[in-house]
Amino acid sequence: MRQVDTVIIGGGPAGLSAAVRLWEKGIRDILILEREHQLGGILRQCIHDGFGLTRFGETLSGPEYAQRFISQVEALGIPYVTDTTVIDITEDKKVTAASRDGMLEIQAKTVILTMGCRERTRGAISIPGERPAGVYTAGVAQSYINLQNKMVGREVVILGSGDIGMIMARRLTLEGAHVQAVFEVQPYASGLPRNILQCLDDYGIPLYLSHTVTEIRGKDRLESVVVSQVDDRLQPIKGTEKEYFCDTLILSVGLIPENELSLAAGVVLDERTKGAAVDEHHQTSVPGIFAAGNVLQVHDLVDFVSMEAEELADSVAAFLKEGQLNGCGLEVKTDGNVTHTIPQRISGTKDFKLSMRVKRPVKDCRIQLIQGGRVVGEKKMKRAIPAEMIQIPVKAAKLNEKDDLEVKVIC
Amino acid sequence: MREYDVLVIGAGVVGCAVARELSRYCLRIGVAEKELDVACGNSSRNTGMLHAGFTYKPGSLKAECAVEGNQEFDRVAEELNVPFKRTGKLVVGFTEHDRENILKFKAIGEQNGVKGMRMVTKEEMKEIDEHAGGEFAMYVPSSGILDPMQYTIALAENAAMNGAEFLFGRRVTGIRREGQRYLAETDKEVIASRWVINCAGMYAPEISEMLGYPNYPTKGFKGEYFVLDKKAGKFLGIPVYPAPNDKGGFMTHATPTVDGNVLVGPDSYVTEGREDYAVTKEHMDGLIEDGKKMFDHMDRSYFIRNFAGIRWKRYDPETGEILDFLLEADDAHPCTVNLVGIESPGITCALPLARRAVKKLAEKEDLKPREDFDPRRPGIRRFSEMTPQERAEAVKEDPDYGEIVCRCENVTRAEIRRAIRNPLGVCTVTGIKNRTRATMGRCQGGYCETRITGMIEAELGIAPEEVRYSKEGGYMFTGKVRDGE
Repeated sequence: MRQVDTVIIGGGPAGLSAAVRLWEKGIRDILILEREHQLGGILRQCIHDGFGLTRFGETLSGPEYAQRFISQVEALGIPYVTDTTVIDITEDKKVTAASRDGMLEIQAKTVILTMGCRERTRGAISIPGERPAGVYTAGVAQSYINLQNKMVGREVVILGSGDIGMIMARRLTLEGAHVQAVFEVQPYASGLPRNILQCLDDYGIPLYLSHTVTEIRGKDRLESVVVSQVDDRLQPIKGTEKEYFCDTLILSVGLIPENELSLAAGVVLDERTKGAAVDEHHQTSVPGIFAAGNVLQVHDLVDFVSMEAEELADSVAAFLKEGQLNGCGLEVKTDGNVTHTIPQRISGTKDFKLSMRVKRPVKDCRIQLIQGGRVVGEKKMKRAIPAEMIQIPVKAAKLNEKDDLEVKVIC
Repeated sequence: MREYDVLVIGAGVVGCAVARELSRYCLRIGVAEKELDVACGNSSRNTGMLHAGFTYKPGSLKAECAVEGNQEFDRVAEELNVPFKRTGKLVVGFTEHDRENILKFKAIGEQNGVKGMRMVTKEEMKEIDEHAGGEFAMYVPSSGILDPMQYTIALAENAAMNGAEFLFGRRVTGIRREGQRYLAETDKEVIASRWVINCAGMYAPEISEMLGYPNYPTKGFKGEYFVLDKKAGKFLGIPVYPAPNDKGGFMTHATPTVDGNVLVGPDSYVTEGREDYAVTKEHMDGLIEDGKKMFDHMDRSYFIRNFAGIRWKRYDPETGEILDFLLEADDAHPCTVNLVGIESPGITCALPLARRAVKKLAEKEDLKPREDFDPRRPGIRRFSEMTPQERAEAVKEDPDYGEIVCRCENVTRAEIRRAIRNPLGVCTVTGIKNRTRATMGRCQGGYCETRITGMIEAELGIAPEEVRYSKEGGYMFTGKVRDGE
């Protein structure tokens, strides 16, 4: 069986960033396994711009952003294989993959999970009605239009104000379709403010908050959707139904980290993120298995995916050199205003960056990190919204090694 | 004009079983189906149970066929390569009233010839399935679970291998007698046949009338379902049903599927619409509430899909009583067999009904057995079910077995390609799904649908706008985004 120091599962932005940084750290016995024909992951179909402002200080399209890393991987000669799908990872880090060249079995010292996420579907949110053609998740529609040159429809309604949904509203409009409206069940948008502005407002596409699709009609192809207002428990309000005639419904109702392989390897997931619970090294519950990017937590910007994966690579390099990493016995706890944090466990001996999101929009708040009753980190925010990931650097010098860390939003 | 010895109307499980049993003989067989594939109606919209036969009235055709169909199914599944597990079933009770109702059914089952039923204590029950709730239960060892789509497809493919022709997209709109044959008008062509067998399911009363039989009163009992992720499957080993109510109905229950998912449902309510397959918020909410009572893991994070099916039953308009399956043939309607009111347990009963239909033909003319009849259908070998060794060999032999197209169900390009080239000539996305399980997993085609539609276009040499999701009007694409390459 082939032996490798590090196997990276997925050659998207997280996997590529981790590979390059590992190489720079002197770790050369790497193998990236990518199921697609090319490296780059989901960025290949994200042909809009707005990527790279934080990481590169300039705005790039998705493929351009990916190419920066692909070029480095190529130039450095980092080993990778494409058209190869990992189908199993064991707790002792045996990786099994399928490819046209045969079945591949690799024994790795470390595994980096960078599989990204998948889209939430109609079935997951139980939209009532019939089952015609013409109901697409935003990412699938994006793939058809941008990668396969196939137009999915002409008269469009979008459910969910996720970023991909809004980007597809603009994309479909530019390609001659008529986008009637975007409906969002929550009382606030789930995507970034810049996308509301650049993808909806600029094209006169209305966004209706506290609305949802309550029925899908059409036996063959979609004929119409019924939209209702929802109350503060997100339940449809009787009497508010309105029918929209359309041939296409695009769903942008959330992303779910894709952790089936992680589960196979015995990695413990966090119910809140649906990704692995990790410590400050981005190490999962299984020593030697690490996770970064959208497989760990759904990010708002790809720049943060790269940066997270680069931090992870530093830890993997340390693990390979030292055989283990110091234990992280302190829990990161959250109050009711915080959806989740990454990491979920810390040691109190190492600088780290805390990533988190707020549960609902808040104004003029302070986010406080408290350990043993002392404030060890703080961020003042004029406005915090669920759509934006918040990052707070924490210095080891301020931490102790015995108390759990509490994260609070104080308004 | 197409001309057959026997025209079967309807390619549900009963129509396909009839075609398959007819194909044992030297007959020209045609099957007219209004949809683009087999099992588009209620043959695919059910729990996938192989019923034991302990709830049906003794002496009824239902009871007789259910027990017969149940007992032979190991051989049938093996012959036709149908995913099937004889899991047994627990019917659990909590109260003495439950016990009385269960014992009532046990007695009926014994009368019907159901073998091996026994009452078990709570401890014995836990040994059979550790997750089952309840104070006591009846254990029915002969119940099983199967893939109803695969079964219907297998019957049809085996019939086709033995010479039967499937004509999709043909809705029969009228039938007239001309000399010694029938002329069936469809929306595409007129089909001539000496015999006509009505297997039209929910539309059987209309076909019945076209053949000169009565337009029997029927009505629909709709039931909705949740499909749960395979991750929930580990909490349910075998079907666990609650004790039947006084009328003999079962409340919402959870059933494992043969592929490892869990179905929660069906509930039951009357519907007027013949193809009213829409799922409703009201009933989904009800299923969630009732489902939780029978299955501890009725959790939203496991929901992957909903569907509905309709049990279209024959009833007595005077008393309202639900009537037995009807299978008739008489000299006033020469060369016809009329099957009406075939609903649950239609999957279990399909082959026994088919044999009884063929017998009606055999009573009127000598049927000559086909010497080259082959009862076996190989089916498509599934990568997901292979051992590591078998996988390595399969990829070596056909590299397409190494290319995973559906990541949730681990379906490979080789399987999709074989499904696109299926013996029935079906080419819808749903058709590929039902043959391979691609798109049936938790991402519901998010990864593989774009690949499958591309493969359909390439394999069949058709344009994107010609690809159909499942129905004739169900186009996937309006064309190219832009012209040129």
